[in-house]
Amino acid sequence: MRFIFKTDYDQDIKLFKHAGAKFWYAVLLAVAIAAPAVLGKYYISQLSFICIYSIAGVGLMLLSGYAGQISIGHAAFLAVGGYTEAIAVKMGLPFPLSLILSFIVAGLIGIIIGLPAIRIKGIYLAIATLAFNFILEEVLVRWSSVTGGNNGLMLDHAKLFGVAFKSTDSFYYLSLAILVIVIVGVLNLLRSFTGRSFVAIRDSQISAQSMGVDLAKYKTMAFGLSAGITGIAGSLYAYKIRFISPEQFGVMVSIELLMMIVIGGIGSLHGAVFGAIFFISLPELISLVKNYLPEAIANQAGLQPTIFGFILICVVIFQPEGIYGWWIKIRSYFEMFPFYRKATFKRTKTFMKSDRLS
Amino acid sequence: MIFFQTEDLSIRFGGVLAVNSMSFGVDKGEIFTIIGPNGAGKTTIFNLISLIYRPTSGRIFFEGKDLTKNRPSDVARHGIARTFQNIELFEHETVLKNMLVGRHLKRRTTLWEQALFLPKVRREEIMHRDAVEKVIDFLDLQHYRDSVVKNLPYGVQKIVELGRALCTEPKLLLLDEPSSGLNVEETDDMAFWIEDIKKDLGITVLMIEHDMSLVNRVSDRVLAVNEGCVLASGTPAQLVAHPDVIAAYLGTGENDK
Amino acid sequence: MLNQVLQLALSGVAIGSVYGLIALGFVLVYKATEIINFSQGELMMLGAFAGFTFVSLLGLPYWVSFILSIAFMFLIGVLLDLIVLRRILGHSAFSIIMVTIGFGYFMRGIVSMIPAWGTDTYNLPTPFSGSVLRFGGLALSGEYLSVIVMTIIICVILFCFFKWSRVGVAMQASSQNQLAAYYMGIPVRRVNTLTWGICAAAATFAGILLAPITFVHSNMGFVGLKAFPAAVLGGFGSLPGAIAGGIIIGLIESFSGFYLPEGIKDISAYVVLLIVLVIKPNGLFGERLTKKV
Repeated sequence: MRFIFKTDYDQDIKLFKHAGAKFWYAVLLAVAIAAPAVLGKYYISQLSFICIYSIAGVGLMLLSGYAGQISIGHAAFLAVGGYTEAIAVKMGLPFPLSLILSFIVAGLIGIIIGLPAIRIKGIYLAIATLAFNFILEEVLVRWSSVTGGNNGLMLDHAKLFGVAFKSTDSFYYLSLAILVIVIVGVLNLLRSFTGRSFVAIRDSQISAQSMGVDLAKYKTMAFGLSAGITGIAGSLYAYKIRFISPEQFGVMVSIELLMMIVIGGIGSLHGAVFGAIFFISLPELISLVKNYLPEAIANQAGLQPTIFGFILICVVIFQPEGIYGWWIKIRSYFEMFPFYRKATFKRTKTFMKSDRLS
Repeated sequence: MIFFQTEDLSIRFGGVLAVNSMSFGVDKGEIFTIIGPNGAGKTTIFNLISLIYRPTSGRIFFEGKDLTKNRPSDVARHGIARTFQNIELFEHETVLKNMLVGRHLKRRTTLWEQALFLPKVRREEIMHRDAVEKVIDFLDLQHYRDSVVKNLPYGVQKIVELGRALCTEPKLLLLDEPSSGLNVEETDDMAFWIEDIKKDLGITVLMIEHDMSLVNRVSDRVLAVNEGCVLASGTPAQLVAHPDVIAAYLGTGENDK
Repeated sequence: MLNQVLQLALSGVAIGSVYGLIALGFVLVYKATEIINFSQGELMMLGAFAGFTFVSLLGLPYWVSFILSIAFMFLIGVLLDLIVLRRILGHSAFSIIMVTIGFGYFMRGIVSMIPAWGTDTYNLPTPFSGSVLRFGGLALSGEYLSVIVMTIIICVILFCFFKWSRVGVAMQASSQNQLAAYYMGIPVRRVNTLTWGICAAAATFAGILLAPITFVHSNMGFVGLKAFPAAVLGGFGSLPGAIAGGIIIGLIESFSGFYLPEGIKDISAYVVLLIVLVIKPNGLFGERLTKKV
């Protein structure tokens, strides 16, 4: 059982709270870097997808998990990122700059969406983001002079200083690097005033204001940052698939992103990564289990959404902290062995708190 | 210049005139208490001062400036902090993080500096942590520092809310029923803290309170309100003897005879 | 010209009635339990499939199938509440929304896996398919006419139910103040279960009425996403508002489909929704969702 005796404010500020954490994250990073030496091309490719979806998950988690603004339209920002990247590269902008441009353009659109969001709250905001996603999808289809309409756009490989990230391994390292940069950046925000202001807005808008937190500014900031980060994921996605079209960014994708971070564990960046791992591994897991299922069920395309939906429901009912919460329980079990008690994690019974006026 | 003043402040909700042309002033450095029966409009006055509600008419002056048309987040910037009747803490966060939000107005770093967590940001974080620790020491909240607020007892949550308001280094502190939900000892502590806030921290206190012993003990002046209107104002001793206040609020004691 | 306008208006009202019916179930559940049911579209889809099964696969007469489908789906709604939703009472609004999203996903997956249904598109033959009502130079197809008539009938039934029946009044009471309803002896949890049953039944109505127009297939539920703009337009707290909102959306779609460039029709509902929300953040007749401190 680990007790951290604090003697220094720095201990609360640092990212790694104790030497053990530092060690294990270093090991994780080493494993991630060594992966291409051990795993084949297919698995590395899947890892790249995990990185990309993790970045998108982090973006969505920042807005919905930390700032409390539910967005059911985040695929729109994936689209903005992907299309900006494709168009910028076509016009000759080099890769690192086009990525930054995607971040900026997606971020700006996020801010534009965030502006009306200041007055629109809760479920109305969620529905507004849904509406925005539909509208953007249609705009992408109609504005064919720029976006290629339903025919979509094709991309070459990303090139840094003339060297193309052609191989699966090199692209994997690129996505991994960007994922780490994004996570560190967001973690830094979360341990500073910006992050605390986001959480304040989530938990009590009124008292956040009475502490001087400018709601308008921070809500739009949350939208902008979240959109920008998701835009980066979109750019990487475009390079991975090398072809983007409007139908890849529909409302279903937005809903899947949201389902993903809830299953992963809402309220922590770990949740975003766990969610991405789950989401990408699900088809794999299903094909593994297929052999044990009767023919009629196993070969259905509908099996995946059924299981996805079922797991989401189970997670919310039985394990609201998601996969990350489950991971914490397992870790605590080993740390506290043999003193682990189920009651440690027992939730108190909550009653329905009405959001309505009276 | 009167330190804080309302002028004919009114608000109407549909057909109900919750606050009716209220005018009162608070002097710098005093403890000013508003008393009155439930539904008299006391918390509504606070909500008007924090600009959560927009007054239907009337004005609010603080240090000579007209605050009436400002936004809620500007109120804190001018130096007014408040607590809430039904606790409005950030319940999923620790006490420490709650109180750090109180330092929001004193921050000097930008978004990008924070994202890169430059040394400047680290220095600032330590400085703010220091300031918060001073308040934690003042209120004896040390052992609750890292507790998630949701799990704390109601009385402690009230104290945390007071702490959070103090972290903003306000000039005027609005306390909405500071002793409600507190037992006798905690109320005693609260009385000491309010006095210390006035004497040591030099903060002016405007509070709503029902506990008359607390009111008598700490207040310099008292304002009695009923049904949105001012009933009487004066020292605690004057108000306790005032016939209108007794009739509306304190009870005539006739049934005790 | 006028003919054109009236014709468009008629089809707009017809399709809008379906949107309104979907929104009706949706708002019903929200009023009673403050739950936003993201699976309303999938419930509608399931209802349509039920209708299809009874009529086409089992060969039962149309009206018998209609009633059987409603009964079946009522049961599904009840089971949904009993098995899933009761366990998340007290969780945050967000969690509950996620459960309904999960349930919708789950239902879509299951439907596509059932051998008799799968991912194909099916037709649901009705007694009024192919018939056309002509009056005053206007033509209204049988399907559209049936939608309008049935919607009116449902609204009347529900109106009477809520106004005069004990259960209906109990539902209203429970939706306005749960705690007080408990004190008055109203079995709130059972009322909620009943509400979900009615919600699923209303979705079935919409599904079977919509089936001749959009045909029955497992992605039918996306139409249900139109329920949101309808509910927002009508204001989340109002049942007549839901129908009104749906009809407004239907009319907007009908006219924009004809007069505006291609593709605008599909997003017109959402554009209007955004405009309304920006101007009136709580919907057209909406309740103010602010917290009292």
